[in-house]
Amino acid sequence: MASKFINITLKIWRQKNTTAKGGIETYSLANVSTDSSFLEMLDQLNEQLINEQKEPVAFDHDCREGICGMCSLYINGRAHGPETGTTTCQLHMRSFADGDTIYVEPWRSRAFPIVKDLVVDRSAFDRIQQAGGFVSVNTSGRTMDANAIPIPKADADKAFEAAACIGCGACVATCKNGSAMLFVGAKVSQYALLPQGKVEAKDRVLNMVRQMDEEGFGNCTNTGACEVECPKGISLENIARMNREFLTASLTTDK
Amino acid sequence: MALTGLFLCTFLVGHLLGNLQLILKTGEEGRRAFNEYAYFMGHNPFIKILSYVTYAAVLIHVIDGFALTIQNRKARPVRYAYNKPGANSSSASRSMAILGTLILVFLATHMANFWWKMKVKEEVPLHTYKLEMDNPMMGAANAELYYTHVPGIQPIPKDEKNIIEKGTDLYIKGTNVKVAEGYRDLHGLVIDFFSKSKNEGALFAVLFYLISMIVLAYHLLHGFQSAFQSLGINHPKYTPLIKIIGTGFAVIVPFLFAIIPVIIYMNH
Amino acid sequence: MSTLNSRIPEGPISEKWTNHKNHMKLVAPNNRPKIDVIVVGTGLAGASAAASLGEMGYNVKAFCFQDSPRRAHSIAAQGGINAAKNYQNDGDSIYRLFYDTIKGGDYRAREANVYRLAEVSGNIIDQCVAQGVPFAREYGGLLDNRSFGGTQVQRTFYAAGQTGQQLLLGAYSALSRQIGLGRVKMYHRHEMMDLVKIDGKARGIIARNLITGELERHSAHAVVIASGGYGNVYFLSTNAMGSNVSAAWKVHKKGAHFANPCFVQIHPTCIPVHGTNQSKLTLMSESLRNSGRIWVPKKKEDAEAIREGRLKPTQIAEEDRDYFLERRYPAFGNLVPRDVASRAAKERCDAGYGIEANDTNEGVYLDFATEIRNKGRQSAFAQGDHNPSEEKIIELGKKWIEEKYGNLFQMYQKITDDNPYETPMKIYPAVHYTMGGVWVDYNLQSSIEGCFVTGEANFSDHGANRLGASALMQGLADGYFVLPYTISDYLANDIRTGKITTDSPEFEAAEAEVKLQIERFLQNKGTKSVDHFHKRLGLIMWNKVGMARNEAGLKHAIEEIAALREEFYKEVFVPGDANEMNPELEKAMRVADFIELGQLMAVDALHRQESCGGHFREEFQDSEGETLRDDENFKYVAAWEYQDGDATKAALHKEALNYEYIKIAARNYK
Repeated sequence: MASKFINITLKIWRQKNTTAKGGIETYSLANVSTDSSFLEMLDQLNEQLINEQKEPVAFDHDCREGICGMCSLYINGRAHGPETGTTTCQLHMRSFADGDTIYVEPWRSRAFPIVKDLVVDRSAFDRIQQAGGFVSVNTSGRTMDANAIPIPKADADKAFEAAACIGCGACVATCKNGSAMLFVGAKVSQYALLPQGKVEAKDRVLNMVRQMDEEGFGNCTNTGACEVECPKGISLENIARMNREFLTASLTTDK
Repeated sequence: MALTGLFLCTFLVGHLLGNLQLILKTGEEGRRAFNEYAYFMGHNPFIKILSYVTYAAVLIHVIDGFALTIQNRKARPVRYAYNKPGANSSSASRSMAILGTLILVFLATHMANFWWKMKVKEEVPLHTYKLEMDNPMMGAANAELYYTHVPGIQPIPKDEKNIIEKGTDLYIKGTNVKVAEGYRDLHGLVIDFFSKSKNEGALFAVLFYLISMIVLAYHLLHGFQSAFQSLGINHPKYTPLIKIIGTGFAVIVPFLFAIIPVIIYMNH
Repeated sequence: MSTLNSRIPEGPISEKWTNHKNHMKLVAPNNRPKIDVIVVGTGLAGASAAASLGEMGYNVKAFCFQDSPRRAHSIAAQGGINAAKNYQNDGDSIYRLFYDTIKGGDYRAREANVYRLAEVSGNIIDQCVAQGVPFAREYGGLLDNRSFGGTQVQRTFYAAGQTGQQLLLGAYSALSRQIGLGRVKMYHRHEMMDLVKIDGKARGIIARNLITGELERHSAHAVVIASGGYGNVYFLSTNAMGSNVSAAWKVHKKGAHFANPCFVQIHPTCIPVHGTNQSKLTLMSESLRNSGRIWVPKKKEDAEAIREGRLKPTQIAEEDRDYFLERRYPAFGNLVPRDVASRAAKERCDAGYGIEANDTNEGVYLDFATEIRNKGRQSAFAQGDHNPSEEKIIELGKKWIEEKYGNLFQMYQKITDDNPYETPMKIYPAVHYTMGGVWVDYNLQSSIEGCFVTGEANFSDHGANRLGASALMQGLADGYFVLPYTISDYLANDIRTGKITTDSPEFEAAEAEVKLQIERFLQNKGTKSVDHFHKRLGLIMWNKVGMARNEAGLKHAIEEIAALREEFYKEVFVPGDANEMNPELEKAMRVADFIELGQLMAVDALHRQESCGGHFREEFQDSEGETLRDDENFKYVAAWEYQDGDATKAALHKEALNYEYIKIAARNYK
């Protein structure tokens, strides 16, 4: 496709630090190539700001190929912008038209406090993982042979699909309740589907859900928004599986 | 929410089946059928227990719903300046709390209209019917008789001299002798309530009930299938079926509820 | 020039590691909590090391600059991980993996290290499966394998096109477990600013909290650098935006030798550059070369017409296409090793046959039409249709492709807005991996005592060219199965040392120096952004220290970078404060190190007067344009020692490479 150049107006949330009061600032940006990615467009804005000796906009990003999960941004009212199955770094400016006004906001969640501008703190996800998102096996390499337990391909594939979560937090950002159930459900599911994970499945789901609640995420009301906005298309099935695991574990453990 | 919600769905079905008596049969037959049903609902011990369970379910559903909504609002203290939720979810799924609150308002009104009068104030008269015949043995023609519970008992005329009422029990005046048990005429109350000729506000009432049923339909549209998801039932093979059933349930049940007042309004 | 002690154990190669392990010193469990270890970086090498050390009982502090250890760039590896399991029964063995790796590295890797890597490769797969890594499986429930460039067996384990992600999340889960148990303390959004040396030993680091800007002192009995490669010296690469050389470079400046910096892998199949605002390049997995055929037009006028948009690739007749890899390398065809494929593409584009309409016309086609037709016909036959229509064949063929490469095709379409099912992909080589790195001995210890370097950050296993699916293998091997043993051997001497204070003059001085550099940047009265300089550095590096190098160009590059360095310090503008989150300041600190590294790379490339693997000196090629190695004069590791505060004045140390178990020969993929 032939590239074009467009002029846009940006409405970006600026906030000095966690405790400072933030607000939306307006910027005009000219000559944005439609072949540029959204983040390259922000690079261009920052270059412009630096040339004006102003402070550039802080935003999280790293791999810029849709896998590290570091980029975020609520763009024109949607997590990772208007396209589905896409992270912000994979969003390209050809999705916008000349003269568009684009709102760029950080993820909004009590559990994801703003660090600066568009950067939020997602360490709540790490803490949930630390509460049980693992198989308690030592790293000796002296386990059994990798092929000792055959795993039905269908289960392995489903576990993989759940494990494809990149931990970006779009599910929380887009959920009207700020719920982290898709993230936690995906992790719980990955292990629940594999024989290696089944041993500690009950403790895992109880501990991870407890941590999730402590972090201040909201509850799932099954609106399904997370599944739609998830850049990796993680299925709601994983939330149901976690619910199932949680109910069973609650009813059948001594705790 | 899921368990109470699904339980309340079964309650809706039971309630609907009873209510349909209002329109399936007409005239005295319909009246008797409905009032018998109402009596059964009020007196059967199992149903009584069930009714308390239902009150509890409603209460838990409401309290839980409010608590969750408050928690969920706290989870996002700062709202987005620009949000486009319509791109990823249905309006019904996002409005469960508001829809639920409207249903609660309806429920309160509905209970004030009927349940309160029937159960608390006990101001609903007993079911009587006019026997239009010329029978010298019975004395006056066109007597008004109580419709009584025990079949085969001889007709008891509504006679201020002989019979007094204690609730639904019929006593001979001045004695402790209960001669029969009558039925409260809930049917009459309902018909009068929605009847354009008997109630000046009937149109308003019908419209209110109609809108409330639309609200209920939206609530169920999301609620029914959502309950299964919350209980962990999501399966590539069965979930599409649950969704179809859920949609059908959400449309058919409120629709049938809604046509009852409309038909009464038009016919009476 | 001194030689280096690589501490390779005695004995036959297959017994070296076992013998070595049997004779290393241990630290008793009750002593381990008295010992602190710092791990910088949480990719495959860092996370696996931190998890293993924490599990053993050491006090571990792990650092990453990202917001979570799970973001490390290992996550972006697509294709797979090699292991000599021989599950496919096609003749694989530890020796063959060892042999393929040495040969693929063009005989510039250390035999003993590579053998050990092959030896522990099987354990990696066992370990990962036990951790719940969902590898691809066959219908029988057993693990599936595929083939990769430069090998003749199927030994690559994979998880769709996201193997790196799955392995990293596995290591991250092991790390998370230790963090949860309190055995590892995680410092995310922290960047290592300098190494602190006390009495010649690595005893801690200065780190900057990237949220508050605060400088922190962290002491330890040993420091592990697992900070990845330095491909971002080229500005445009397939690395993540934050990937940087600073941790490794700081260690180098404190005395660790930097080995073979000029060995850079240029990956042949990346999406070409589209414009000046481009920030990074995206890899299209090597696995695509299993199904795609690489070509450019035979006629220059066709190439020109394509660039100008007058012709579409699908309009070029079969006989007018030049499938140059198949033409030049009939035996391996499109599956030659990465360096060979990259150079061949560059040769065609330099000759004027490039098809991409960018400034440099750099792009070639990766065409799936033949495969779509072949697989479509096969699928039709498999369905019992022995006389399929053309449309049916194409439809089934596309379906086959989608099942195999769907996510890659989708990724390509998102970036380029072209549909690769209908029109060939446009690809071009891009910087992908760096084989060079901090010099380490067999124990993964650098020339600074107590400073260990693992994963891509060290130089040890891939010689002059890395084979596909071997980076993941090395990262995990180092972290899970090598370092935990060798570092204990070192730490055994420290059980009586006690806690190391951070109030010492050494910590004081290191912190003061970092502070000074930060202030210098912030107070600079420049006008140009950090990226401005980084892009210019990248262009010099790509044009003169890139896929093809020559003496004049390299000399020129050394001068240009020196001038750029001067201008950078004079003209750069870094906004904001030191005591806050300041991404521009972070970039400035990193680019300062990249500039110096660039100088050393050019110096190294200039000194190595031969062509080998990823290092192609135009003066040293045969009549067919293939690399000409000089084993007589350059069969060594070039380890550079920083001195006189100038990267170009580094002193060269040579570690001779002895091949006892492999017969050294010319690489031939024809």
